[in-house]
Amino acid sequence: MSLPVVEYLKLPEDGEPYLEGHKCSECGSIFLGERNVCSNCFARDSMQSIKLNNTGKLYSYSIVFRSFPGIEVPYISAIVDLDGGGTLKGNLIDCEPDPDKINFDMPVEVIFDDALGRKDKDGNSYISYFFKPIS
Amino acid sequence: MSDVYVLGVDMIKFGRFPDRTVPDLGAEAALLALDDAGLNIGNMEAFYCGNLGQANAMVGQRILQEIGQTGIPVVNCSNACATGATAFREAWTSIKAGLYDVVLAVGVEQMGTGLLGGSGGGAGIPKEGLLGSGTMPAVFAEAGMEHARQYGTTFEQFAKISVKNHHHSTMNPKARYQIETPLDEVMNAEMISYPNTKLMCSVNVDGAAAAVLVSEKKAKELGMQRAVRIKASVMTSDPYQERDLVMPDVNSCTRKAAAEAYEMAGLGSSDVDLVELHDCFATAEMLHYENLGLCDDGEAGRLIDEGEVELGGRIPVNVSGGLLSKGHPLGATGIANIYEVCTHLRGEAGARQVKDAKIGMTHVIGLGSACGIHILEKV
Repeated sequence: MSLPVVEYLKLPEDGEPYLEGHKCSECGSIFLGERNVCSNCFARDSMQSIKLNNTGKLYSYSIVFRSFPGIEVPYISAIVDLDGGGTLKGNLIDCEPDPDKINFDMPVEVIFDDALGRKDKDGNSYISYFFKPIS
Repeated sequence: MSDVYVLGVDMIKFGRFPDRTVPDLGAEAALLALDDAGLNIGNMEAFYCGNLGQANAMVGQRILQEIGQTGIPVVNCSNACATGATAFREAWTSIKAGLYDVVLAVGVEQMGTGLLGGSGGGAGIPKEGLLGSGTMPAVFAEAGMEHARQYGTTFEQFAKISVKNHHHSTMNPKARYQIETPLDEVMNAEMISYPNTKLMCSVNVDGAAAAVLVSEKKAKELGMQRAVRIKASVMTSDPYQERDLVMPDVNSCTRKAAAEAYEMAGLGSSDVDLVELHDCFATAEMLHYENLGLCDDGEAGRLIDEGEVELGGRIPVNVSGGLLSKGHPLGATGIANIYEVCTHLRGEAGARQVKDAKIGMTHVIGLGSACGIHILEKV
């Protein structure tokens, strides 16, 4: 069985993987990961778990050519605003690492797949999320 | 309330000193600043020491073990790349509060090599190159591309910033490098994280800088000839922004700090004669032209295109060579930039002297985020 790469990626036994956000019922701010207090409006006990959308738009990016040993380059580090709220960073795949081929606000979908074969020290494999252009 | 003054300030030439220690480098800078003030460690009433890499290792006390153990209070500060500015500001605060009249601030760092950031991952598997990149060149590239998205800023415009700062450094003997880097060389250098090439990344170096701060009463007593007035000292953290969690924000904390600093100083951006700002990457400098109010939003690209931020231009930025060429020893940077501005206000900057400089501004960002801004005035 694979584990989720981050705690806000949920792998329900009887359903599709999804990303979980926490939304403040007072001001509407959306956070990744659980928290007790809203860092925008300071409300307490106002956080509600929500399912984030699997589509969004490219907000910003960098094409990474130099990384740590063993990490395959180049790749696109992308910041995506999800439709309906929430912002994520992740790899943009199936897209040429060329600034002329990458457009701001291009629509992307969130897909879930094996975490590039990476395993932890106990040999567990992981499921990660990736962004893929919607053509 | 009376003002606080910089009476002595200096830095060591930035470089690589693998055979020396952090306290040793800090001690050298401290002695230089004490000499500049015409004082000795016995005159100091408190000591604020900034260092990041050995934040848990009592660097300030170890410096005193090298230059004089007088028993004064020592506070060791760590605040990412705003560490030096934090130590300086704590010194300022203590005098402003009326606790002391003569205080020492030191910033010092020995750096490793290679990429900063991106190595942490918590539990499970490494996330670098899986959930995008957390390395500093990529993080600041993404911040720069946000500007590109808003205003059409180009790779070439970002690269011009690096050309400018490397040119400035040829006139600064204390910079790590004194090498011209023409535009094609900057743009064709190894791409690290688009749009930042290797020559658009700050230089990892060892370094130290120090300042002696005094009360107005003490400055008058010791002589004002070379004193520099601290018109504003401001720190901010990053106010909430919707993309905070994935895109560390260097903009809103800088804008908040700049507004507060101008208000404290009773000045506007048009009064400033030179700026040393946090060019950890070429993309970062572009953002701060606007964040510091040196131009209107969307005008930063024009500022670099038209040479307004060069030595001799309307508002010279990073005439020291900046972090891109002078070097960026994290904990020392926030005092080294104060040394640079003070040197101009004293009219002692030699070939890179900003003519008739009366007001200067320093700015640092510690990612995470902390912003420190100081406005300094010729007496």
